[in-house]
Amino acid sequence: MRARSFLAGLGLVAGAAAGAALWLRRGTGPREHVDLYYSDGSMVSFASGSPDGEKLLPIARRVVAAARG
Amino acid sequence: MDAAQALADLTEISSQIEAAVLAEADGSVVASTMKDEGRAKQLAEAAVELVAAGSQSRAEGTNMDLVQIQAATPRGSLFVARDARHVVAAITGSRPTVGLVFYDLKTCLRMLADEKAKADKPARAERTDETEKAAPKEEAKVGKATARKRAPSKKEADEGT
Repeated sequence: MRARSFLAGLGLVAGAAAGAALWLRRGTGPREHVDLYYSDGSMVSFASGSPDGEKLLPIARRVVAAARG
Repeated sequence: MDAAQALADLTEISSQIEAAVLAEADGSVVASTMKDEGRAKQLAEAAVELVAAGSQSRAEGTNMDLVQIQAATPRGSLFVARDARHVVAAITGSRPTVGLVFYDLKTCLRMLADEKAKADKPARAERTDETEKAAPKEEAKVGKATARKRAPSKKEADEGT
């Protein structure tokens, strides 16, 4: 009986933690990145923090901020 | 259809696009959905700058053209598509449907290219007519050509003798 209630409590805590993680992830929005598409159909993606990403993202940040006010 | 109409159609069919600018390959603005010309110019120049910077980011040894860019930031996304003559840039919200936005941008570019081709066609036809008028016609010669006798081959000549 004690073991069963312990397992139920543990399941409840794990479920709450998973729900909180999903909710927090949803709140942070999409990850910053730049995707480059070439004429041969290939695509290269640069995340924020990578050298190329840090070269390209400031241009996009500046323009999006200016355009959206 | 002119460039302004193409952009108006673009923003009408794509509800995700908040603002768009069409520019020449050098960054000079052709048409824009933005009221502020300064911002339109800024967007066009940034699009060209992004294309130039992105072209350098390609691994060395490949010479494929950069044709599309999507830059996602927390405040929204910047999309750029280009062809040989034009660059079209658009701003969307932070969770756009990437494929659809690119499709709409490329449709805009294609419509402009088709329009340009149509406009060039009559001009080319006129030029051809003028050239034909200027040059003397040789139709009469073609119609009245007499049958030319084929010169006998060496073998035939030998047999005949």
